[in-house]
Amino acid sequence: MYDTSDLKKGLKIEIDREPFIITDFQFSKPGKGQAMYRCKIKNLISGSTSDKTYRSGDKINKPDLMDHTMSYSYYDGENFVFMNDETFEQIEISEDLLGNNQYYLVEDMPCSILFHNDKVIEISLPNFVEKVITETEPGFKGDTSTNTYKPAKIDNGYEIHVPLFINEGDTVRIDTRTGDYADRVSKA
Amino acid sequence: MTSEKPNSLTASKKGLEFRSETLHCIRNYFHDRDFLEVETPIRVPTPALELHIDAEPSGAGFLRTSPELHMKRLLSAGYKNIFQIGPCFRKGEKGHLHHPEYTMLEWYECPGNYMSILEQTKSFLLHLCRQIHSSTSLHYQGHNIEFDSDWPEYSVCQLFHTHAGWDPSTEFDQDHFDEDLVTIIEPLLPKDQPVILKDFPAALAAMSALHPNNKKIAQRWELYLGGIEIANAYSELWDAEEQRQRMEHWSAQRLTQGRESYAVDNDFINCLNGELEAGGIALGIDRLVMIFMNATSLDELIAFREDV
Repeated sequence: MYDTSDLKKGLKIEIDREPFIITDFQFSKPGKGQAMYRCKIKNLISGSTSDKTYRSGDKINKPDLMDHTMSYSYYDGENFVFMNDETFEQIEISEDLLGNNQYYLVEDMPCSILFHNDKVIEISLPNFVEKVITETEPGFKGDTSTNTYKPAKIDNGYEIHVPLFINEGDTVRIDTRTGDYADRVSKA
Repeated sequence: MTSEKPNSLTASKKGLEFRSETLHCIRNYFHDRDFLEVETPIRVPTPALELHIDAEPSGAGFLRTSPELHMKRLLSAGYKNIFQIGPCFRKGEKGHLHHPEYTMLEWYECPGNYMSILEQTKSFLLHLCRQIHSSTSLHYQGHNIEFDSDWPEYSVCQLFHTHAGWDPSTEFDQDHFDEDLVTIIEPLLPKDQPVILKDFPAALAAMSALHPNNKKIAQRWELYLGGIEIANAYSELWDAEEQRQRMEHWSAQRLTQGRESYAVDNDFINCLNGELEAGGIALGIDRLVMIFMNATSLDELIAFREDV
């Protein structure tokens, strides 16, 4: 259990068995009144935000959160299978939960997987991933400008946007947090 | 001095300069008006008992949460106009407007009452503004606070009645009161003038006298500058029996809430015997400096915010 003196921005707490993160925190106390700990909180599963006020003496549940590094193994046609490198335990994660992250996975990629009460709630990929461009309009030779973009597909068919000078067969680096092209790693 | 802050120094140079100048002006103001500057114990056997203020233990006693009890013992000993500037400690109060160790200005006037203290406060802050800003007003976060004006005075109970839909003088509920004060009432207060919230419900009289004609309300006011609570003033309760009863009640309530309680300070209670009419005020220097320098956090003017 946490008490109110533990509350701060970034702390993860549990309310009604759901995990939340405190995104904003303000201590307020009228001179002769009670201390109030006014928090803006974000549900770690649904992403919805709300306000919550605690008072001195309140106890706040600590969420049972565990972070494990697991490697991506394979797609079984329905789910993505990850393996714990130490215990070799395997888990399946659905397409829904992975969202756009599913397009950036490469075999053996180490991912940080957050569990709440043994249930996966968040998957964090390495910040950058390298992918080969499999389909795009031919580039213009000599055009090295990086502010004009064109559509391009990566090996799994997912479409990203790349600068004009990128060609099929080039390997590029993608920022997995934003889905944006970062730079070219090697030419075809 | 570089722009970087070495040695985990929190405040800006501007902050420390404003603090120094403010303290200098405050002292001059009160000395020029024949107030006696006093210093009373910082480590005390028992703190000023209040329902929602927690004291830090120190040795066999506590660090003071306010100098109030000793200041009143001086009044009882015959001192008339006294002031003190010094540190106070309140456990757990930490935020952009709170620091567990802060500097308080208290002054008392005898004879006096909460309205004579208000007149002095108007004259004092106008003087301070003229000294520091060479003007009768100052800019704070997009608002111009004019000190040379009729400061609006609002009755706390009336404000609650109008905006929160209930009257705290007839049906007091602390949880409800604090939350409505912070979320409904305070945001409504004008920010272009100093604002007085006065006549608190008797349940929040603390150490102030009740109105002789209406025992449901207390002779207590609070000053807001730019929407921020700055000072708290009383017509001092000078009735040993009533003060003892209030403190014993808070002590019992603290225990009910599972919180540490403190002994009633008998030396203080005993000084309240006899006839005496006094007014007093406690004003947070840190917040005052913050507003005078147009800062939004105490970080700007507390040299080192030690996390202990």
